[in-house]
Amino acid sequence: MAETVVQPSRSRDLDKLLLRPGNIIGNNFDPGQELRDDLAEYVKVLVVGAGGLGCELLKDLALSGFKKLEVIDMDTIEVTNLNRQFLFRFEDVGKPKAEVAAKRVMERISGVNIKPHYCRIEEKDIDFYSDFSIIVLGLDSIEARSYINAVACSFLEYDSDDKPRDETMKPLVDGGTEGFKGHARVIMPGVTPCFECTIWLFPPQVKFPLCTLAETPRTAAHCIEYAHLIKWDEVHSGKTFDPDDPEHMKWIYNEAVKRAELFGIPGVTYSLTQGVVKNIIPAIASTNAIVSAACALEALKITTGCSKTLSNYLTYNGAEGLHTKVTEFVRDKDCLVCGPGVLIELETSVTLQKFIDLLEKHPDLLLSKASVTHQGSSLYMQAPPVLEEMTRSNLNLPLFDLMGKTSRGTIHVTGTTSKNDTKTSVLRKLRVFFKGVDGVTDMDMAGGA
Amino acid sequence: MAEPKTKYDRQLRIWGDQGQAALEKASICLLNCGPTGSETLKNLVLGGVGSITVIDGSKVELGDLGNNFMVDESCVGQSKAKCVCAFLQELNDAVKAKFIEEYPVTLIETNPSFFSQFTLVVATQLMEDSMVKLDRICREANVILIFARSYGLTGLVRISLKEHTVVESKPDHFLDDLRLNNPWPELKSFAESIDLDAQDPVALRHTPYVVLLIKMAEQWVKSHGGSLPSTREEKKEFKELLKARMVALDGDNYKEAIEASFKVFAPRGISSDLQQILNDSCAEVDSNSSDFWVMVAALKEFISNEGGGEAPLEGSIPDMTSSTELYVNLQNIYQAKAEADFLVIEQRVRNILKKIGKDPLSISKTTIKSFCRNARKLKVCRYRSIENEINSPILPELQKYLTDEDYSSTAVGFYILLRAVDRFAANYNSFPGQFDGGMDEDISRLKTTAVGLLSDLGCNGSTLTEDLINEICRFGASELHAVSAFIGGIASQEVIKLITRQFVPMPGTFIFNGIDHKSQILSL
Repeated sequence: MAETVVQPSRSRDLDKLLLRPGNIIGNNFDPGQELRDDLAEYVKVLVVGAGGLGCELLKDLALSGFKKLEVIDMDTIEVTNLNRQFLFRFEDVGKPKAEVAAKRVMERISGVNIKPHYCRIEEKDIDFYSDFSIIVLGLDSIEARSYINAVACSFLEYDSDDKPRDETMKPLVDGGTEGFKGHARVIMPGVTPCFECTIWLFPPQVKFPLCTLAETPRTAAHCIEYAHLIKWDEVHSGKTFDPDDPEHMKWIYNEAVKRAELFGIPGVTYSLTQGVVKNIIPAIASTNAIVSAACALEALKITTGCSKTLSNYLTYNGAEGLHTKVTEFVRDKDCLVCGPGVLIELETSVTLQKFIDLLEKHPDLLLSKASVTHQGSSLYMQAPPVLEEMTRSNLNLPLFDLMGKTSRGTIHVTGTTSKNDTKTSVLRKLRVFFKGVDGVTDMDMAGGA
Repeated sequence: MAEPKTKYDRQLRIWGDQGQAALEKASICLLNCGPTGSETLKNLVLGGVGSITVIDGSKVELGDLGNNFMVDESCVGQSKAKCVCAFLQELNDAVKAKFIEEYPVTLIETNPSFFSQFTLVVATQLMEDSMVKLDRICREANVILIFARSYGLTGLVRISLKEHTVVESKPDHFLDDLRLNNPWPELKSFAESIDLDAQDPVALRHTPYVVLLIKMAEQWVKSHGGSLPSTREEKKEFKELLKARMVALDGDNYKEAIEASFKVFAPRGISSDLQQILNDSCAEVDSNSSDFWVMVAALKEFISNEGGGEAPLEGSIPDMTSSTELYVNLQNIYQAKAEADFLVIEQRVRNILKKIGKDPLSISKTTIKSFCRNARKLKVCRYRSIENEINSPILPELQKYLTDEDYSSTAVGFYILLRAVDRFAANYNSFPGQFDGGMDEDISRLKTTAVGLLSDLGCNGSTLTEDLINEICRFGASELHAVSAFIGGIASQEVIKLITRQFVPMPGTFIFNGIDHKSQILSL
C-alpha cells in the first residue's frame, strides 16, 4: 500500500463518511470536522429498551459517532437473555438491564456517556423525552411502541396552513424482530406514517375461545390454556398466577398433562407450556444484530444527512433464503396521533373537571383518568398523590382561565383507554378552541382560520 | 454456569435440540477480525458454536477502536486476533476459542491444507484473488465457505460450496397435505361413517371441515364425470354449495370449510420443485451418494409405486373446529397413514443401501422419519464457484440487473464497483479514496477501471452513474461499524442455517445497499 502519513484517529473510518463531500446525500449535509464534533457533543439519543435490540443499538450508536446516549428499560436480566444480549454475563442475572448495558458499553468505548433509566417509560414526564434529538426503539411490545410514538408525535406543531413545523419534529427509528424475521422503520412525525397510521401492520393476537378450552380441546395448547385460564382460578381462589414463579408454571404443566391424557391429545411439554403461557417470542442474536444495525445507520443518516434515509419501512426475512424489502407506506391523513390534533370546541365556562369528563365520552378518545398538561405545566395530575393534591384545586376553574384566556391552544392529555378488553396508557394531543373569543365564530376554525 | 437449556431457550424454540447439537459440534474459522468478522463471530459464539479460531496478522491501531467493539484502549499495539478472541471468549465459556496471529492471505498461499480441519470458514474483507484461491481450497476439502465484506455504505455476503441439501426447510407458509381430493381408503371410510343428515345441529357444528370437504368433493366428482372443480365458475359453485349449508347451520366449521376449499382444488401429486429434485442426476445413487440422495432415490420409487403419485403423508393436521373425539380420531388416521408410508420408504432405503454396498442400517429411523415428514419441502442449493462467477457471470442476469432502473440499479452498481476497487488496488496499491488527497484522480481511475471491467464481462454498453463512482471513492474502503454489524448479522445467520441444516440459505451474492436499503441478491 502507498506510503502515506495518516494521523491516527479513532474515527478513521467514520471520518470518510462525515468529513468528505458526497454525491448521494440527505438534506443539510455539511461535511467536516464540525459535523463530527457536533454529533458527539450536541446530539442526544434515547434508546428505548435494553434487551436484544437495545444492547446492539447502544454498541452500534456508540461506534457511529454518538457520545451522549441514554437508555430506558424496566426489566432485569434473565438467564434466557444470554443467548443474544451480549452485554450481559451470567453474574448479571437479576440486575437492571439499562444499568448493566450502559456500564459495559462505557467501559469499552472511552468518551461515550450513557445514562441509564431503570423504570417504566410511562414514569417519565413528557419533558424528559423532548430533550432528545432522536429516539430509537428496541422494543417487543406494541403498547410501548404506541406510547413512545404518541409522545414523539405530541411535540409536533403545525403552522397555520396545517404544515408540520420542521423544528418540532422528533424523529423515531423503530426496530423489531421475531425469529429470523424483523423490521426497521423511520418515523418522521408529520411527514412519514407514524406507528398509529399503520397500526394494522400489527394485528392483535388471536386467542382461543373459552368454550373450546372448556369443552372441545384438540391441541396441546388448548390443554395448557385451560389449566392457565380456567383451572387455576377454580383451584386457587384469589391467588394471582405468576408466570415467573416456577412452582406456578409446574402446576399449570401438570394440569395440562392430565387434561391432555384425559382427551388423548399428544404434545404437552414443559417448554411448550412456558411458550404458550408467557407468549414467548423466539429470538436470536443474528436477527437482532441486523435490525439494530439498520436502525443505528438510519439514526446516523437522519442526524447528519450523510446519506439518503430509508423511506420508510424495511422488512427482513432470513428463513427461506434472504429477503429484504423497502415499502413506502403513506400517512393516515386523519391520524389522531400524528395529525394536527383532535379538535375540541368549548365554551369558555367549561371547568377542567367538566373537560376531563368530556374526554371520557368523546368518541375519538374514550380517555379515562386523564391528566392534563398545557405548555409543559400540569393542570391536573392523577398521580402521584402529592401532585394530585397540588393540582386538585384547578378542577373547579374554567379551562379557558387555566390556559391564559387565549382563544386556542394545544393540550396534552394522558390517561387510559380500553381496546379489546385491555387497558392501555395513551397520550393524546388536543387542539382546544373557545367559542366567541377573538371574533372566532363557531365552527370556523377547523382549517386553521 | 447457567443450565444450557435455559440459556439457549429462545433459540431452541427455533432450531431445536438437533440444530443446537449441530452448532455445538461445529468448528468455525474466521479470517480477519475487523468489525465485520468480529460481529459475525459474536453472534455465533452467543448461540454456542463448538469452537472458533480467529486468524488475523495485524496489530490493533487507534482507528480500530472506533469501529470494533471487541477491542479497547488496552489492546492498542497488540495482536488483533488475540484481543478479539479474548473478548469473544468472555461472551460464552462453553465455546472453545483460539487465535492465530497470521495474515489470512499468507495462510491461503502457504498452507492450504490448514483449512480442512474446519466445518466452516468465514472469510471477511478478502480481495478477489484470495477469494478465488480460498474457494478452490475449501471446495476441494468440502469445507463450507462464506464471504463477508463491508465497504463504506455497501458490502456483500456470498456462500460458496458445491451442494447443500436441506430436509427441514421449515417454510413459513406451506400448504398442508390433507388429501381432501384424493383420500386413501381409511380416510374415505371415516368420512363415509359420518352421516351429516342424521346428525343433530350440535354434532354437525362440531364435524371437522376435513370431513365436510372430503364428502363434498366426492359428491362433486360423482356428479361431474369424475373431475374436480377446475374452472372459476365451478369453484365458485362449489363454495356456494357449502355456503348454502352453512346458512342453515351457522357453524364455524363450515366457515373454515369455505376458506379451505382451495385445498380441494389444488392439483394432486407432487410439486414441480420436488419433481426437479427427483429428476436430478444425483438421484441415481451409487456408493458415493450421500444419505440425502439415497433417501431421495427411495422417495422416487415410493412416489411411482405405493404412493400413487403422492409423497409420503406428513401426518399432522391443523387445528380446526371439531369435537375432541372426532379431531383425535382424525389425527390418528392421518398419523397411521404417515407411519405406514414411512415403513415402506424405510424398507426401500434399506434395500437401496444394500444394493450400493453400504450398511443397510447406516441411516437411522429418526433420520428417515424426518425425511418423510418433510419430503414435500426438500431443498437442494448449489453455488457456482467464485472463479466461475468472476470469469463468466451469467450474462443475461447481469444485463437484466444493469438495465433495471428501479430497484436493483444501485445494488448491481455496487457489485461491479466492489470488483473494480480490487482491480484498482491491484494496479495502484491502495483502494480509491483510501487516503485523503488525490480524490479526483482516484475517481477518474476508478471510472476507467469499472468501464474496463464491464467490457471484460461483455457488458460494453452499460455504464455506472457518476454519483455511485464518487460515493465509492468517498467510502475509501472504510469499515463502518453499523454496516459491519449488518453484514456480520447476515453472515452469521447464514452460517447457522448451513450448520443446522435447517431453513434455506440464501442463493447468489447479497449486495448491501446502505443508502436506501434496497439491497439485492444477484444470481450470477
